[in-house]
Amino acid sequence: MSTPARYWREIPQRYRLEANKCSSCGKIFFPPRLLCNVCQSKDLEKTKLAETGKVLTYTIIRVPPHQFVDQAPYAVGIVELDDGVKIMGQVVDCDFEDIKIGMKVKVEFRKLFDVGESGILCYGYKFVPQLR
Amino acid sequence: MEGIVGYGAYIPRNRIKVEEIAKVWGADAPSYKKGLMLEEKSVPSLDQDTITMSVEASKNALKRALIDPKDIGAVYIGSESHPYAVKPSGTVLAEAIGATPDVHTADLEFACKAGTEGMFIALNLVASGVIKYGLGVGADTSQGAPGDALEYSAAAGAAAFIFGKENLVAKAHETYSYMTDTPDFWRREYQYYPQHGGRFTGDPAYFKHIKGAARGIMDKAGMKPEDFQYVIFHQPNGKFPFRVGKMLGFKKEQIEPGWLVNKLGNTYSGSSPLGLTSTLDISQPGDMILLVSYGSGAGSDGFVFEVTERINEVRESAPKTRDLLSHNINYLEYGEYAKFRHKIRKAD
Ligand SMILES: [Zn+2]
Repeated sequence: MSTPARYWREIPQRYRLEANKCSSCGKIFFPPRLLCNVCQSKDLEKTKLAETGKVLTYTIIRVPPHQFVDQAPYAVGIVELDDGVKIMGQVVDCDFEDIKIGMKVKVEFRKLFDVGESGILCYGYKFVPQLR
Repeated sequence: MEGIVGYGAYIPRNRIKVEEIAKVWGADAPSYKKGLMLEEKSVPSLDQDTITMSVEASKNALKRALIDPKDIGAVYIGSESHPYAVKPSGTVLAEAIGATPDVHTADLEFACKAGTEGMFIALNLVASGVIKYGLGVGADTSQGAPGDALEYSAAAGAAAFIFGKENLVAKAHETYSYMTDTPDFWRREYQYYPQHGGRFTGDPAYFKHIKGAARGIMDKAGMKPEDFQYVIFHQPNGKFPFRVGKMLGFKKEQIEPGWLVNKLGNTYSGSSPLGLTSTLDISQPGDMILLVSYGSGAGSDGFVFEVTERINEVRESAPKTRDLLSHNINYLEYGEYAKFRHKIRKAD
């Protein structure tokens, strides 16, 4: 995601969680695919993932890739969205000891990282605890 | 008739107290707290900026508007802290909410007035019939120079308003703007922190323009201070809005629902727009609301809104502003704050 072209290609997924869904068997693909890998159907329609879900598992990253150094330590979780799709992302706006398996989270738009002092800013989704 | 179809707010969870800043600079916290009528301010995290807060505030506005984002014909972000020097913030927002590509976007800048500027343009494009819906956002992650009086108040937050002609939450009865060239606050290209004219920022700047716009719009609308349930003025500190309110003949009770600055700080382009969101949160159908912004340089935009029945349907559809202000708070020490605000120089 570090070149402008690659970042730009991923905008529909990073900004809007755009996915597609097989019209015959109902499987959702994120990122979208041209062909269903379950039933081989080519009939896939555009859809959008749910913006709420729950934490399935998580880990704390203490030695991160270089573009995330300022954010470390941080939590990365696998979240099962309300539509059943599982995606990975940072879990922010909470203390590590408050993150629990099953915790309800929602998607928030955040800056993922910047490409140095003079490069592009890369935005996308992270997860935050749901307001009670 | 045109007006607000949906509104939304966003406030980051981090706060820093006046005491914590004063401790570092050897300043007297009680006198700052009393002088500014301010206890703490919001601070963005490393992964938050004007763009991210604008997206979240706009998504909250969409939850209340219940419209197809594709019908939004204009997207304007007013801010003095657009993340890029060259490259629009508005395109990121328009893309994130799904309004592209049939949309006009522009980034606006006018010190603390840029938010209402975007609202003014979006509203009047709707009124003229050029677009069906328009989105105006005020957002800032403002910076005060370390140790300067502004460091105690410069805060972060965003408010978004979707304007249209149907299903209104509030009708817009009148707009009026009052501008002069007044150098009370500025930042030159390549300078990191703004400069201000000290006491000069008061009478010939804030008070003159807010009074000018408030009197002008009340004349135009044929209304008096007692005709309004609520009034929101720009909030650079806690005292100024009450003082200008008194000068104009408004009571404390009319100002208080939109007065967030004591716990929020001055969110610059987000300041009076956020005050409008928290006022709408508690308003009732039929309430008349006066909004008057202020931006250094200098000018004020005025708006007269009348709340409709639909407020009762949409109020709970997105987080209320005072809930955002009190929920999940994280108090920072000055060191973390300095890191979050990029005040620490690191090796390349
Ligand atoms: Zn299939």
